[in-house]
Amino acid sequence: MTTPRIYLPRPASIYKLLALLFGFLLLTAALLLLPGKLTGNIFGSRAAGTVPLRDASETITGSEVALLTSAPDVPAPITRTHATKVIVNLEMIEKTARIADSVDYTTWTFGGSVPGTFMRVREGDLVEFHLKNAANSAMPHNIDLHAVTGPGGGGAASLTVPGQESVFSFTALNPGLYVYHCATSPVPMHIANGMYGMILVEPKAGLPKVDREFYVMQNEWYTTGKHGDHGLQTLDMSKGIEERPTYVVFNGAVGALTGDKALQAKVGERVRLFVGNAGPNLSSSFHVIGEIFDNVYSEGGSTVTQHNVQTTLIPAGGSAIVEFGVESPGDLILVDHAIFRAFNKGALGILHVSGEANPAVFAAIKGYRVNAGKQGGN
Amino acid sequence: MLQLLALTALLGTGGERAAVHAPDAPRRPAHRAVMARIPSGSYRPLYAIAGGAPTRVAAFSLDREPVTRGDYLAFVRANPAWRRATVRRELAGRGYLGNWRGDLDAGNALDLTRPVTAVSRFAANAYCESLGKRLPTVNEWEYAAAASETRADATADPRFVSRLLDLYARRPGGDSLPAAGSGFRNVYGVRDLHGGAWEWTAESREHATVHPGSHEHLPSCASAAVGATDQTNYPAFLRHAFRAALQSQSTVPTLGFRCAAG
Repeated sequence: MTTPRIYLPRPASIYKLLALLFGFLLLTAALLLLPGKLTGNIFGSRAAGTVPLRDASETITGSEVALLTSAPDVPAPITRTHATKVIVNLEMIEKTARIADSVDYTTWTFGGSVPGTFMRVREGDLVEFHLKNAANSAMPHNIDLHAVTGPGGGGAASLTVPGQESVFSFTALNPGLYVYHCATSPVPMHIANGMYGMILVEPKAGLPKVDREFYVMQNEWYTTGKHGDHGLQTLDMSKGIEERPTYVVFNGAVGALTGDKALQAKVGERVRLFVGNAGPNLSSSFHVIGEIFDNVYSEGGSTVTQHNVQTTLIPAGGSAIVEFGVESPGDLILVDHAIFRAFNKGALGILHVSGEANPAVFAAIKGYRVNAGKQGGN
Repeated sequence: MLQLLALTALLGTGGERAAVHAPDAPRRPAHRAVMARIPSGSYRPLYAIAGGAPTRVAAFSLDREPVTRGDYLAFVRANPAWRRATVRRELAGRGYLGNWRGDLDAGNALDLTRPVTAVSRFAANAYCESLGKRLPTVNEWEYAAAASETRADATADPRFVSRLLDLYARRPGGDSLPAAGSGFRNVYGVRDLHGGAWEWTAESREHATVHPGSHEHLPSCASAAVGATDQTNYPAFLRHAFRAALQSQSTVPTLGFRCAAG
């Protein structure tokens, strides 16, 4: 007779089974890891610990409507220590604006001015973006915020015909100073006509306290007329393609930061400039004559990358944050140190520093100016 | 060519006279929308298969001028379902005829001569159908719009392209559109294809043609340049982006239409 036989592996076969299992595990691990090795995919990189995968995990508490400012003004630093929902209401407006003495241009804008309004949010904030296109616009527009992690920086979700509104949301995952711009085809035309601005995503811990913050953005104008030709100008596409700008300016116009509109600070204050470069073509060799940048957050990143910098390079579609103390009175001159642009095309602004002379820092001792002063001249 | 010349000669005198009108003396809408015959031919769309044959366009007729508010007023008088207050929301967005004073009040005498705008594609289509016409296809519209005053295809002429770009850049928004017939008259005797209101075409975004073997041409990002037959034809890019932004029920204050037939 046969009784049902219960199979019990002998000790030797257990080891064989374990060896088989182990081999299988090894093979599985190899298969899983191999694509990562080959393509450098995110999981493989993560294992190396250099590239974080961010998530929108911070609890969102409350909501607020973002205060937007026109250049050179910047919204006040964020004092919140938690993430919130920030509602941004931005309208795209087409309007004629003065870009130089007696020279007008049919600009396309974010918020009615060139550059567009400045936004300030905190790392981790959930931004609910309401993008309107004014009813009297002629063109559809959209927005690509470099601060957005998502398709087209919001561009795909925000294409808006005149009189309509688009809404999309994003979490500000990465701190830094980011350019935004219109990305509707033909993109170079929308940017060349003035559709750009900046959004600051403050690090959770905030930025160090300073006394003055300013918003400065460089751009080029490519006009149908020559430099200085009066009247209403529009885009000269050929000049744009050939990268021959008629004007290179700060804050949208020749003279936007000179005379009565010069930036103001006092001796002994600390100044922070949020500097953007809209392009559309040129990189900026940003320099302030008579000053040295104590801190530079190069390319608009969230950490100070360099101290004691004379000129910092700002790519088109990029930014930099520069900080310095002003120790001596007088006019500091903001320029693109590709100097023909400053001298002949408009890339020049003034930061007027008022206060008592500080001869230990700087003193004019002998020379034209000193003599002129003694003779009662200017 | 001979045909074209004959056509141009035929259209010459009447067209010129129609263009002259005082702002306070609107023309009678019903008799204005004379059509021009556009001979068959071919053109290169903005997006086409590289090295492929140009797109053929069969002969068709096209309104010489865009449909005016006066024309459209007559249509809504006869078709109450298309009045502002009664139109079904899924056929026309909230801004439908938003620049009119009332359901049957399209504005003053000058306003009646302006192109009708803020109408949906559905509405434009219904208007054309009421006259036994239809909306032009994108190919037909672009083919007709490639013409300058003297040439059937002027798109390779940089001066023509920059002139259009200038017209577009100065394009007035909202209610300041000039009277229909104010724009230049092309070789076919068609006016206002550039510089006045934008115009609807038959294809909606939902049914946008995607050429086989090419990716979808997104209207945003620099990638719009990929696959374009002419990266310097900015006016064509602007029109393409505008169409891509529309849905069939969209109503835009700068968007009107004209009808085609045949």
